[in-house]
Amino acid sequence: MEKHIQAPITKEEVEKLQAGDYVYITGTIYTARDAAHKRMYEAMLEGQEPPFELTNNIIYYLGPTPAREGQVIGSAGPTTSSRMDKYAPLLMEHGLAGMIGKGKRSAEVLQTMQKETCVYFAAVGGAGALLSKCIKAAEVIAYEDLGTEAIRKLKVENLPVIVVADTAGNNMYETAVEKYLKDIVYK
Amino acid sequence: MRTIHTDTIIQNIKEMCIEANLQLSPDMESVIHNASREEDSTLGKQILGQLCENMQIAKEDSIPICQDTGMAIVFVKIGQDVHIEGMPITEAINEGVRQGYEEGYLRKSVVRDPLIRENTKDNTPAIIHYDIVPGEQLELMVAPKGFGSENMSRVFMLKPADGVEGVKASVLQAVKDAGPNACPPMVVGVGLGGDFEKSAILAKTALTRNINEGSTLPHIRAIEEELLKEINQLGIGPGGLGGKTTALAVNIETYPTHIAGMPLAVNICCHVNRHAKRIL
Repeated sequence: MEKHIQAPITKEEVEKLQAGDYVYITGTIYTARDAAHKRMYEAMLEGQEPPFELTNNIIYYLGPTPAREGQVIGSAGPTTSSRMDKYAPLLMEHGLAGMIGKGKRSAEVLQTMQKETCVYFAAVGGAGALLSKCIKAAEVIAYEDLGTEAIRKLKVENLPVIVVADTAGNNMYETAVEKYLKDIVYK
Repeated sequence: MRTIHTDTIIQNIKEMCIEANLQLSPDMESVIHNASREEDSTLGKQILGQLCENMQIAKEDSIPICQDTGMAIVFVKIGQDVHIEGMPITEAINEGVRQGYEEGYLRKSVVRDPLIRENTKDNTPAIIHYDIVPGEQLELMVAPKGFGSENMSRVFMLKPADGVEGVKASVLQAVKDAGPNACPPMVVGVGLGGDFEKSAILAKTALTRNINEGSTLPHIRAIEEELLKEINQLGIGPGGLGGKTTALAVNIETYPTHIAGMPLAVNICCHVNRHAKRIL
């Protein structure tokens, strides 16, 4: 089903999203990938506040290419999410509502998503030039020394993503392949 | 004896880094366009359509096709009658990479130490494979390699008794495990034979072959075709969300090996299978 959502997103809205939904996100989201996650996680374990409010927010696993003059951002597609699996549960426990990336998640992440009400979206890997067109503003808000891995606040308009795993435990990476193979057999 | 100055090498490497990241080779482009026409899953077709649109935007607006502009893998074939003048060739190649990644607005994705992980901020050093060949030409190939798919690559130290079936089962396993993580549709580079590291280099070389050219060895070409068919029956599809386009090609390179072994390397590349080649 095609849906349009505003970010940040409430937990009630997160619960309405179902695996397989094609979603356009408009609003404010944040980027963080490997190095930013590690730093944020270690700081939070020491009792420090995360560098931005996690409650109801969505993190995009992204390290963009540098913007040319006149551009907001460079190429901006998703990176592989599984590398963030170690850190994601703690962020969800602090209110994180959504993650955008690509690829499989660990059982622990999928379980925590159900418990903490968080959704996992996939953006199309390797479509960074196309996805950059949906980003209308980008600002580094933390960990500037990490370069491409710094945390950025993004204003996005109709960023196209697909719900891969929802709060009911459905996982499209498991079901879509099976469904496709079944459909082919019945044809 | 022919003399080539390293200034020429720097300039060419720089241009090739930028070119490879903005535009795929015509064979790669056309195979993705063909797949977008032939895919029968609705979502899969939509994703392939986005990839076609993405390639167009990348070209027109000079935005890299993918934000992971890779580590610069450079294959150098030096004719034995070539004399390199100027600076050491490795420094020249790294200088070309440095300039290309800076001037091309490409991402700097290299860390100096695997554990300390401090970014070198200029995408150097490159990974360079030198080969000495007859003649007085210098062939340069720049193949920027993203790590989403690199991370899903494998080496299997098979036994001779594993045979063709063992080879096929291992490649299929690697592709299944890679699934959505490697940004399918993927290109599967396979190195068969040699030793541990030779098989891996062969697999990477296999990715740089024209996608429409099968192996020149008939028995290997048959395996390439069978594997491609079997991979595309796994149902993984574009983005790993179901479909018949899981791989665009399987390219196998071989080398003689030891009586006791049959090393097999599977180097997986996403659909952004980049390479630029120039002969100086």
